[in-house]
Amino acid sequence: MIDLHYLDNSATTAVSKAAAQKALYMMTENFGNPSSLHKLGINAELCIEDAREAVAKALGAQPKNIIFTSGGTEANNTVLFGAAEALKRRGNRIIVSSVEHSSVYESAKRLSELGYDVQYAPVDGDGIVDLEKLDSLLSDKTILVSIMAVNNETGSIQPTEAIAKRIKRRSPEALFHVDAVQAFCKMPLKPLRWGVDFMTVSAHKIHGPKGVGAILIRDGARMIPLLYGGEQQHKTRPGTESAPLIAAFGEAVKEADISANLSYIRELNDYAVSGLKALDGVTINSPASALPYIINISVKGIRSETMLHHLEQSEVYVSSSSACAKGKRSYVLAAMGLSDDRIDSAIRISFSKYNTRSDIDALIKGLESGIKNLQRKQ
Amino acid sequence: MVVRRNRSDQRTVNDRPYKGSYMKEIVLIKLGEMVLKGLNRRTFEDVLIKNIKYRLRDLGKFEIKIAQSTITVIPASDDIDLDDVCERIGEVFGIVTYSRACVCEKDFDDILAKAPVYAADALSEAKTFKVESKRSDKRFPYKSPEISAQVGGKILSAFPHLKVDVKNPDVIVTVEVRDYAAYIRYGTMRGQGGMPVGTSGLATVLISGGIDSPVAAYMMAKRGLKLNAVHFESPPYTSERARLKVEKLLSLVSRYAGSIEMHTVPLTKIQETIRDRCPEELFTILLRRVMMKIASRIADTTGSGALITGESLGQVASQTMYALGCTDAAASKLVLRPLIGMDKQEIINISRRINTFETSIEPYEDCCTIFTPKHPRTKPVLKFVEIAEREAELDEMIEQAIADTVVKTITP
Repeated sequence: MIDLHYLDNSATTAVSKAAAQKALYMMTENFGNPSSLHKLGINAELCIEDAREAVAKALGAQPKNIIFTSGGTEANNTVLFGAAEALKRRGNRIIVSSVEHSSVYESAKRLSELGYDVQYAPVDGDGIVDLEKLDSLLSDKTILVSIMAVNNETGSIQPTEAIAKRIKRRSPEALFHVDAVQAFCKMPLKPLRWGVDFMTVSAHKIHGPKGVGAILIRDGARMIPLLYGGEQQHKTRPGTESAPLIAAFGEAVKEADISANLSYIRELNDYAVSGLKALDGVTINSPASALPYIINISVKGIRSETMLHHLEQSEVYVSSSSACAKGKRSYVLAAMGLSDDRIDSAIRISFSKYNTRSDIDALIKGLESGIKNLQRKQ
Repeated sequence: MVVRRNRSDQRTVNDRPYKGSYMKEIVLIKLGEMVLKGLNRRTFEDVLIKNIKYRLRDLGKFEIKIAQSTITVIPASDDIDLDDVCERIGEVFGIVTYSRACVCEKDFDDILAKAPVYAADALSEAKTFKVESKRSDKRFPYKSPEISAQVGGKILSAFPHLKVDVKNPDVIVTVEVRDYAAYIRYGTMRGQGGMPVGTSGLATVLISGGIDSPVAAYMMAKRGLKLNAVHFESPPYTSERARLKVEKLLSLVSRYAGSIEMHTVPLTKIQETIRDRCPEELFTILLRRVMMKIASRIADTTGSGALITGESLGQVASQTMYALGCTDAAASKLVLRPLIGMDKQEIINISRRINTFETSIEPYEDCCTIFTPKHPRTKPVLKFVEIAEREAELDEMIEQAIADTVVKTITP
């Protein structure tokens, strides 16, 4: 990995050694079915419960509040469809922000096709939900609000606690879901204290494996399960738990030192920003208040994909907005009011604790040569 | 070009930034009935402070001071979450009320400047408020009514929508001028009450995994007892999951009671012997007597002064007055039964409040539910019970069970 400059950590991260070893151990040695009554079952179950406790602790919750899923997308789908169905007698309106991840955005679209009144809360130029406009959308018919904690393309941090307060004031019946995939283990999260009912988190953005995530569910927050089967996880999410992935997730959570990592990433971010500012034609799209793990930039006149592949030649890996969008034009940046030129030339740089200044040096060098040599769009 | 704000401004939106950045926050704790304890007071306070330190140990570094029957908990660094601290303090016995407070210079201008900002969250949501002042440092040049009036005026000009209501206000802002500093606080929280764990001695709780025994343990810890625990298991009739459940229950209780030494005693052989050699209707009562004998012995060796059980009169056949009499006769220690006069629902209510209920109802077989007789004797006579017990010749097996006991320390 000497020459690899991986700056696409919001797409996914390298799995930590400890997490990978835990998964291997769970696959080859501690392989019992966690529901089996015998000792092998108990041993596997204990590892799952240990992971559940780690996730709960990181969210300031109890283990009983945590349900494991196959990842962020399943978690978001489960909450949106499950809560919408559970509360359909109380009202019809569902509010999501206009900058949600596609797994919330597309679920909301589907709910709209199913007859729910889905409204999109607009954001300001920093990508932050406009609280006054959100207020005007909240009504006594509102049953569910889903607004992410940190945006996956820009790092913009939503004022989750303030949003929760407004929801409780204007729509006391509504449940509040927060997709915290990009925030989990990267900033302090106290969902239950803030008044959040559901929170989605994922392993592979924090050096855990792909294919595992979790939902935090407040005691008493109603949700109809998406899946039916056995008795696992209080029947909220049946199916034999993926013990290797869950246990590895737990290791990754335990390894995450939020405040130490955050101050390290902040330094890297400052270093990167000073380098980026010196480049001709680079604009920073992320607001100053964004989570420092993500910097979104636009490079004047050069298409995102062209720049991405150019950087790739010098082993620098970034993404054009969100990896999940697979190259489609970013609706997130559009919602922030950015011009088409800036959206088409947007690049997302995202850090992890494994990055160093040399990665940023390589990035700046790559951008510099790209700006000098790449064909400008006519 | 985007202008980057400096680092301190980048603190997350959700992290109480405006207070944290220039206001130092602490927790003020008011003591319970222990202030009445005369000359023992110092000891009681020392134990309480030790217990508070124990519960806060993994949250960061703190300075803990006591003066004028108030304990001050001062976080040593800014990144400590005071909500977490308050949650823990709310679980420590010996505390009547506690509140977060903002530290001020003993300077009236500083108090006037900070009061409206510090209480802003509560004040902006409220309709009415009042200010109370306590001046224990009489050298402070302003008297209490004057402090209240001026702070109230400041708040009114910052929040014009508010009205003063001295009788039934939504928010009470309290200014305390003490020896070392002045404090502003609002929103007093209720503590657990009771007495600091350890000030009444050590007792041994018999814990099964049901609803009652964790509640009994909690209630006696509230009266200042430090706990150890005896749990009986009968593999293969009981499973490892049953023992793990008990460990989880004790861990929940230890949030209030401090660390608990758990003694797990294997009872299979004894239970099988009782089954083979004794009349069926006496199975339960004989088993309970064995438990009392073993628990008394463990209490002796650990320096514990009493046994604690979750028995409640008449709840089951082994808890009739006559059955309890036979059980009690086997104990060589004082037996505390804090639930004896309570209804099941009252016990359940406490177990929900202390968060043990959901674990208690997990369905695993414990050693009290195996070999249960179809028609247990509800009015056993001690003389006949003792005869049956002698015929079973259990003494050697009891010695063996005590020798095979496994000890583990359970913490929150």
